[in-house]
Amino acid sequence: MSLYQLQKCLYNLNRDDAVKCAYEKDRATLLQDYDLTQEEYLALDTGDIGLLYVLGVNGQILMHFAAFLSVEWFDYLNLMRAGIEKHGPVRNGVYAMTGGGQSFTTEGVI
Amino acid sequence: MSLVYVGVTSHAPGMTGRAHLVDNTAERDAFYASLDEQRKDIENSGAKALIVVAAEHFANFFMDNMPAFCIGLGDKHEGPIEDPDWLRIEKTEVPGAPDLAKRIAVEVMQTVDIAYAEEWKFDHGIMVPLHFLTPRYDLPIIPVNINCQGPPLTPLSRAWAFGEALRRACDAVPEKVALIGTGGISHWPATPDSGKINEVWDREFLRRLMSQDKEALLSYSDEETYEQAGQGGFEIRTFIAAAAAAQGQGELQYYTAELPIFAVGCTVAKFSLSA
Repeated sequence: MSLYQLQKCLYNLNRDDAVKCAYEKDRATLLQDYDLTQEEYLALDTGDIGLLYVLGVNGQILMHFAAFLSVEWFDYLNLMRAGIEKHGPVRNGVYAMTGGGQSFTTEGVI
Repeated sequence: MSLVYVGVTSHAPGMTGRAHLVDNTAERDAFYASLDEQRKDIENSGAKALIVVAAEHFANFFMDNMPAFCIGLGDKHEGPIEDPDWLRIEKTEVPGAPDLAKRIAVEVMQTVDIAYAEEWKFDHGIMVPLHFLTPRYDLPIIPVNINCQGPPLTPLSRAWAFGEALRRACDAVPEKVALIGTGGISHWPATPDSGKINEVWDREFLRRLMSQDKEALLSYSDEETYEQAGQGGFEIRTFIAAAAAAQGQGELQYYTAELPIFAVGCTVAKFSLSA
């Protein structure tokens, strides 16, 4: 149920400029409206893309949130990989990593 | 008949947002040229409105109230919800077709239970196709959604029935209407696997789609699709609905798996319309 709350917060943020503004200006007040675990709260509060990914946030919701945070595309992919390295496999949902962390594009490979 | 055009196309955000990062610019430009042919086909059809059968990505619907199908009745729509600098599409207002959409919805409801919405925010799933197909954003749009994102998903057989209902509804109105299904085939978007494409699976799906092989199209299980085509493969529902609406043979105008930075096998196709 808690993942539902986490995703609901991001869903509202992604589509509503007023919620985006609240996230930037008074994050604590915004987040208290959602029933989150301490780990989920921390991930949202710090914009931790890797942890949010591991917690099971739907990739489409997470991708839009990363864009809102102005995370560049290849950084976004690497943040998810780093999240798995630090926290382990994706715990929920259908957006698990299946490719072992490799890059599937020639672009962005250093 | 009032349905005058049916096609399918990809909608991946990379098609606009990461166009500047592409190494294989020749392939990218060939894909764009095919999209431009699709734009001309829609314009030449004389359509007064475009139905976009989309697989939206939590721009309007969440798991608190997720419809299997929804038709947009609004007089205008706004988008994209994404950061314009990220998607490289400016925020804009797109006209709707409320009277026409309502008549279509009423007829569809005779056989398929749908939700309707007078407010609709477009995400990349609609804005990217419109960027290429109606770049002046002057053709009224009737957004339609099939739940391809939040399991339990709309069954494939119901997506087919929905497409048939859309066809019947379009043929019951005097206005000329075009319809485009937008989605991906195999892809693993928004994950570290972004760019992974199962070309063999894609080409077999497209063979079934172009040949109107209904039995084979509806035989995919979600488990098989997830295994072979990723969670992005769930979006085949939009293509299946478009095929069911057209009822005629398809013509694959473009497919490439050589643009993985777009995170999908890039597809453009159109169907003949059976009488």
